[in-house]
Amino acid sequence: MAGKTLYDKLWDAHVVHDNGDGTALLYIDRHLVHEVTSPQAFEGLRLADRKPWRVEANLAVPDHNVPTTDRSKGIEDPIARIQVETLDNNCHEFGITEFKMDDIRQGIVHVIGPEQGATLPGMTVVCGDSHTSTHGAFGALAHGIGTSEMEHVLATQCLLQKKSNAMLVSVDGKVGVGVTAKDIVLAIIGKIGTAGGTGYAIEFGGEAISDLSIEGRMTVCNMAIEAGARAGMVAVDDKTIEYVKGRPYAPTAKQWDAAVENWRDLHSDDDAKFDTVMNLDAAFIQPQVTWGTSPEMVVSVGDTVPDPLNEMDPVKKEGMQKALIYMGLEANMPISEIKIDKVFIGSCTNSRIEDIRAAASVAKGRKVADNIVLAMVVPGSGLVKQQAEQEGLDKILIEAGFEWREPGCSMCLAMNADRLEPGERCASTSNRNFEGRQGQGGRTHLVSPAMAAAAAVTGHFIDVRDMS
Amino acid sequence: MEKFTQLKAVVAPMDRPNVDTDAIIPKQFLKSIKRSGFGPNLFDEWRYLDQGEPGMDNSKRVINSDFILNQSRYQGAQILIARENFGCGSSREHAPWALLDYGFRVIIAPSFADIFYNNSFKNGILLIKLDADVLEQMFQDVELNEGYQLDVNLESQTITKTDGCVIKFEIDEFRKQRLLNGLDDIGLTLQHVDDIKAYETKRKQDTPWLFC
Ligand code: SF4
Repeated sequence: MAGKTLYDKLWDAHVVHDNGDGTALLYIDRHLVHEVTSPQAFEGLRLADRKPWRVEANLAVPDHNVPTTDRSKGIEDPIARIQVETLDNNCHEFGITEFKMDDIRQGIVHVIGPEQGATLPGMTVVCGDSHTSTHGAFGALAHGIGTSEMEHVLATQCLLQKKSNAMLVSVDGKVGVGVTAKDIVLAIIGKIGTAGGTGYAIEFGGEAISDLSIEGRMTVCNMAIEAGARAGMVAVDDKTIEYVKGRPYAPTAKQWDAAVENWRDLHSDDDAKFDTVMNLDAAFIQPQVTWGTSPEMVVSVGDTVPDPLNEMDPVKKEGMQKALIYMGLEANMPISEIKIDKVFIGSCTNSRIEDIRAAASVAKGRKVADNIVLAMVVPGSGLVKQQAEQEGLDKILIEAGFEWREPGCSMCLAMNADRLEPGERCASTSNRNFEGRQGQGGRTHLVSPAMAAAAAVTGHFIDVRDMS
Repeated sequence: MEKFTQLKAVVAPMDRPNVDTDAIIPKQFLKSIKRSGFGPNLFDEWRYLDQGEPGMDNSKRVINSDFILNQSRYQGAQILIARENFGCGSSREHAPWALLDYGFRVIIAPSFADIFYNNSFKNGILLIKLDADVLEQMFQDVELNEGYQLDVNLESQTITKTDGCVIKFEIDEFRKQRLLNGLDDIGLTLQHVDDIKAYETKRKQDTPWLFC
């Protein structure tokens, strides 16, 4: 019998009941909750007179709607305020732990889970948010769910699931200096397309992935969903275990040893069979910049904007033409000639301490260019912010002309006051460049933190490796 | 959840790939804590020329008359035909809520994003995957024939065109049964209470750190 993939192992360990029709009831170890997708789930629970099945499995935090400026006055937008208060009330009513807006542990749900050790190897992790795939970086099975499914998890601690196919994306060899996790995952999406992973759970492997830090692996898994995959994951290794150790929710003492022994098996067996395997040569990956309105519309920074005339598929060609119009770009212009108006460094993709260090190291001793109307850095959590301040990164960034904000989703989706005005162009470390994502009519280019900082100080895209 | 058995209705075309959930229902409307009332803001940024905010009187807004759903021939449409990867992006269930609230019960496309696919079925929307070339023909039929209708039958897994031509479609048996009967997933799962408890007992022994 062929060996098991990591996905098989995680799946098998969580089957509560096999329905025999291709679906199974899977047990959910961790349910993360935020204010936007949860009100209707709690309401459903209340209406049916149900209680959370296992209240300790849940952890809640407001992140999408919270202001990133002075919070002492609360949330100005009344509708957003009601949503955050609704979360507070629901957590209070059902006894769920919540890191409220004024808690130092508050932050983006996908940053705080791992930071607290609430995400552990071998877990099933779900959240009413598509970027839940982030947590797969720990050798966990993690994916986003809808509100009906949240209600289902709250009420039963289970989820009805159909098993996906397994794909291995192996990034072989080493990436060059200055090429980051963000560039790797954008290059993968550029290759397989935004629907390339549909119906799959992707395991990321290969030397370039094991070389990444845990934070880098989170960046890669975060964007698995942008390749259409249900989940992204990376095998457990020493780095994973080292990262988890000592975190508030992590096991201690004797349980720690038992846990580590259990986690050591969280990798695909040598003879495991994947439904699809894709290999990518790490050496060819350059810093990436998206040019269009879908993450698959991505090129290397040294390239030019693609020309729809070279596209044979008529549907794709039209999509490209629409994207160019929306983005206000000409085909064949060099990426490095694209001037930008705003810079956003943050989001669950790139708001951790290493991301802020990377941005600060580029910004150090430089100034934000004159044509930039706003360059902002939004740490992923209160604890990331604190750490950055202890390292003096905030000073470097502020000195260079960046705004240093309070943690939250911010301009990743612009539900709060941070947004692009129509026609404004942004270098953003977030994960989606859809039309209107960062504000109606706003134009988003996805890049790594170092590339975003380089764009901020030069006013246009530039290969960060060319900056001495 | 409302049952779905059969529906004959006007078809509207959404002729672009990768229609994402941000486009289906823009984020400012996600601040609602309700499940209903999203229909008037379905495709808001395409449908209106001014910027939509929650609480606005939509009847007073500037309509984008070029947008397909604003054309009189597609009024009352309950079936949407679409291109690849429909419903990609954010997991917001507000997207199916908005489509349903607007009146769509069936969406036909070559492929759908995963979470959107799940969410739609949970809300009684039937999603049908057909080959791109079959859809291409449908797009042409809709374009050429005003008031074009399709007859969708879930029991027999067929779509009947006005000319009598029948197209078969595939669907998972479990989704089909849930939709035909309008079954509540939570109620079904709670029939397995003993299995869940047994699983928890075993897991507590094997991996106690997950239950701290
Ligand atoms: S940072 Fe952006 S992608 Fe991440 S959870 Fe928040 S809104 Fe979603």
